[in-house]
Amino acid sequence: MNEKTSSLSRKRHIGNAVTYAILIIMSVVWLLPFVGLILQSFRSYVTEFGGMVDYVVPKEFSLDNYIYLLKPENKFTLWFKNTFIIAFFTSTLSTMIVLGVSYALSRMRFAGRQAIMKVWLILGMFPGFLTMICLYFLLKNFGLTQEGAIPGLILISVMTAAMKYYVCKGYFDTVPIALDEAARIDGASRARIFLTMIIPMAKPIIIYQLLESFMAPWCDYVFASYVAFGYSDSYNVAVALQRWVWTNDYQGFFTRFCAGGVLVAIPITVLFMLLQKYYVEGVTGGAVKG
Amino acid sequence: MAKDGNSKDNVKKYFEVVKEGFVEIGSIFKKGDWKTRVSYLIFGFGSIMRKQFAKGIALLASQIIFWVYLINFGLKYLVKFNTLGTEKKGFNPDGTVKYGDNSFLILLYGLLTIVLILVYLTIWYINIRASYKEQKILEQGKALPTNKKFFSSLLDQNFDKTLLAIPVLGTFLFTALPIAFMICVAFTNYDYDHQAPAKLFTWVGFENFKNLFSLNTNGFGSTFFVVLAWTLVWAFFATFLNYFLGIAVALLINKKGIKFKKMWRTILITTIAVPQFVSLLYMYKLFASDGIINAYLLKWGWIDSYIPFWQDPMLARITIIVVNLWIGIPYLMLMASGILMNIPADLYESATIDGANSWQCFFHITLPYMLFVTGPYLLTQFIGNLNNFNVIYLLNQGKPQSMGLAAKAGYTDLLVTWLYKMTVNDTNYKMAAVIGIMVFVVTAVISLIVYGLLPSVKDEEVFQ
Repeated sequence: MNEKTSSLSRKRHIGNAVTYAILIIMSVVWLLPFVGLILQSFRSYVTEFGGMVDYVVPKEFSLDNYIYLLKPENKFTLWFKNTFIIAFFTSTLSTMIVLGVSYALSRMRFAGRQAIMKVWLILGMFPGFLTMICLYFLLKNFGLTQEGAIPGLILISVMTAAMKYYVCKGYFDTVPIALDEAARIDGASRARIFLTMIIPMAKPIIIYQLLESFMAPWCDYVFASYVAFGYSDSYNVAVALQRWVWTNDYQGFFTRFCAGGVLVAIPITVLFMLLQKYYVEGVTGGAVKG
Repeated sequence: MAKDGNSKDNVKKYFEVVKEGFVEIGSIFKKGDWKTRVSYLIFGFGSIMRKQFAKGIALLASQIIFWVYLINFGLKYLVKFNTLGTEKKGFNPDGTVKYGDNSFLILLYGLLTIVLILVYLTIWYINIRASYKEQKILEQGKALPTNKKFFSSLLDQNFDKTLLAIPVLGTFLFTALPIAFMICVAFTNYDYDHQAPAKLFTWVGFENFKNLFSLNTNGFGSTFFVVLAWTLVWAFFATFLNYFLGIAVALLINKKGIKFKKMWRTILITTIAVPQFVSLLYMYKLFASDGIINAYLLKWGWIDSYIPFWQDPMLARITIIVVNLWIGIPYLMLMASGILMNIPADLYESATIDGANSWQCFFHITLPYMLFVTGPYLLTQFIGNLNNFNVIYLLNQGKPQSMGLAAKAGYTDLLVTWLYKMTVNDTNYKMAAVIGIMVFVVTAVISLIVYGLLPSVKDEEVFQ
């Protein structure tokens, strides 16, 4: 008996050791690229080399790349500001739209409800870039390309935000409808129920929605570069950094990209880590409800 | 989403509704008083005469705006819609530039006008019904709602209209209309040689679709099937490899006796937190021929010449799938951890008492439960991966390119990245539109098939 338990516990110890080994290897694999990114951002393009080299740790730590980026004449601060403006307005306005749409589709029954959901589902099956030239033309009509690219990008993402209502509607569906009914018997209007009852209850999903739509513009390369088309004052960070990486002459563009990447990643990562709880809730909930 | 029989019923039902609508239009005209009958010509007439000013004026205004639009703007595009313009840009006899037709504008505004006519007819119908409803209320001796009530209903029983007005308008203007436009473009010869406004383009029927499937040297056929096959293979691996490995990692971290659970999780989550374009672009450089990985392998003498991670078609495909694991596993780990905790513990207990080992537990409890709960998620993931532009394009832009493939396609191009290249680099709009339609077809077919097979749709009760 004794022997058996000890062999069992030994088995478990070995099992745990293997698990730890796997987890440690995984952690290294997952973190190394970021370590590399940070280390290479400290390699000076003035005294060392700003392109590709065969070592990770710079011979001498320098802040040259960061100094370059923070000089206003190099426009990185402008691009950062652009992205922040886009992200801020997109996330607040599109969250409002998504909340309203989800409330209407989840709580109210009206003619055309099914039709709207079906049409949005079908429209969502077309690839987004398909409409690029047409959208570009529409925006151009209103002067919202090149110089006006930033309001243009905000307009497009806010106006099409409604189609991403699934997660939020799924959340609203789980709030018992009896609550609404009770409030309506007490004479509360729909708008009042929405603003004073549902919204406060939906805090986790609102934060998830805000976070998701705030993070998206930081990665928007395709449409942003198309709308800004050659007008560098309207770039966002994704467009700008991508141009640096694909530049083939090595005048410091690679290390500059590393430093820019670090500067972009820091605020987003911090924000994400702070609101992680809500994000996980949204991801899990969204997956379960499909 | 419905099965065959249902969709037939739906179509039948739809036609019945339409038929009823027409019958109603006739019967209202018969039973209506003169105010209602005049409303057939002048929108909102009945409402205004019955002092329903807010509603009546809104209806009348929509009629006036429509006719102003149609006469001043829409009509001149609509009449040329069937040819998309005949007059080329050229010179007048006195040497000045003569602006011809702009096919792009004719197509776009022609479509818009057609849609607006349909909207106009719908408002006409609503207007008649509203007038008749008011008439009936008055006939019954009841009072009509006041204008104030009309406005306050927009925050109460008609709140849905307030909430949905902007989103519906927005998705129509910026999604539906452009998609309809591009579907039309697929049936024209709009490309580099036919660019508006300098040149005209016109309808060509199914020419572009024939070209897509034609296997001769100028056709897109062989390339299309290569790209489509890779798109499907990619989506399969990107979805299912990530899924199973993600679950495996979640199980490892949640295993009894493993410490620092939160730390392991946080390390993995870093990849989600850091904006993807930063990590993807860095990965691209990491695996480049002069990148760090090759550099170290060369330095250590493990290889003699660099490994062509991005240059060799097969290797590039494998590298992309591997990098995507690095991106995707953390998401799945997060999601799976949440769901695993919801599996009732007594299921495992009773299984262990019956002598099941942990493998059996996994295959008979964990996996079925996960598949059941995450079925719809897997479907959306799969479709998301079919259109996963970022991972492919930011990693290596669909390269390596080949002379063997048409329209500058590369061996790791998905349909969407190919579409993007055609739009931006080649201005081959007609073929881009055709590819876009094919993406839609693939997505819709897969959704329909999978949706029919999903256990969570078929038998909802099993795990409840």
